[in-house]
Amino acid sequence: MAIKKIAFVVDKLPYKTETSRLALTHAISSQTVEIHLEEDENITPVLAFVGEGVLNCIKDHKASDVYGITSLESHIKNALLTDIKVLICEEDVKRFGLTADSLIMDAEELGADITSELVPFDTIMEEMNTADHILYF
Amino acid sequence: MSKLTIGCFSSLVGSMTTDFVVKLAEAARKKGHDVDIWLSGNGTMLSKKGQRSFKDYSSLEKTIKELVAGGINVTACEACAEARGYHKEDLIDGFGRKSMDWYLASCFSADRVLHIGGE
Repeated sequence: MAIKKIAFVVDKLPYKTETSRLALTHAISSQTVEIHLEEDENITPVLAFVGEGVLNCIKDHKASDVYGITSLESHIKNALLTDIKVLICEEDVKRFGLTADSLIMDAEELGADITSELVPFDTIMEEMNTADHILYF
Repeated sequence: MSKLTIGCFSSLVGSMTTDFVVKLAEAARKKGHDVDIWLSGNGTMLSKKGQRSFKDYSSLEKTIKELVAGGINVTACEACAEARGYHKEDLIDGFGRKSMDWYLASCFSADRVLHIGGE
């Protein structure tokens, strides 16, 4: 079975532009990529937030109230719900004075089985090194 | 012969990045490679017909049409286009409009992917 890993690496701020939203929607679209592939082919997505991109992962977004649009928080939770590995760079989280308590670490209310992972940058590098393609948003 | 997939998320006008995408695609095609271009976000506007040429801006419609005629596949994100009021009937003949999973499928079969992000 041919499986290819695609790493979606996000370093852009939330809401300032649509870039991080497009990273999330493209990553989630991996759930339907099979319709374009052969029976034994598929894609494994990995979503990694680095640099200013970790600010996408702060919980309790109010995008719906403020902008009238879906929040990136809901997209991150949908990614977890669809079993997409979500990695958040530990060093950058510390750099912004954040802790795991302030981040979107799970989507329990949606029934997601997996959680976000706060990991050293080396772990994200390893994911990039082992990916077939890197999409840097 | 290899396959190159280029994801282009930057503006058609106001950025020279899209020009770079078109020139790179042209160069790769001349070397005999297959090329897929995925247009998303503001990049979708490259596939809209009726672009008017001004001396102050580069104009890519003629070049990109020639590239498509020469075998390059250009596909725009349908949702990104619709959000910009750009509908199916506005699409340049021979270009495609698909959902985002098409880009991932193109990446799957590509030997190299060049993802050029937006602003």
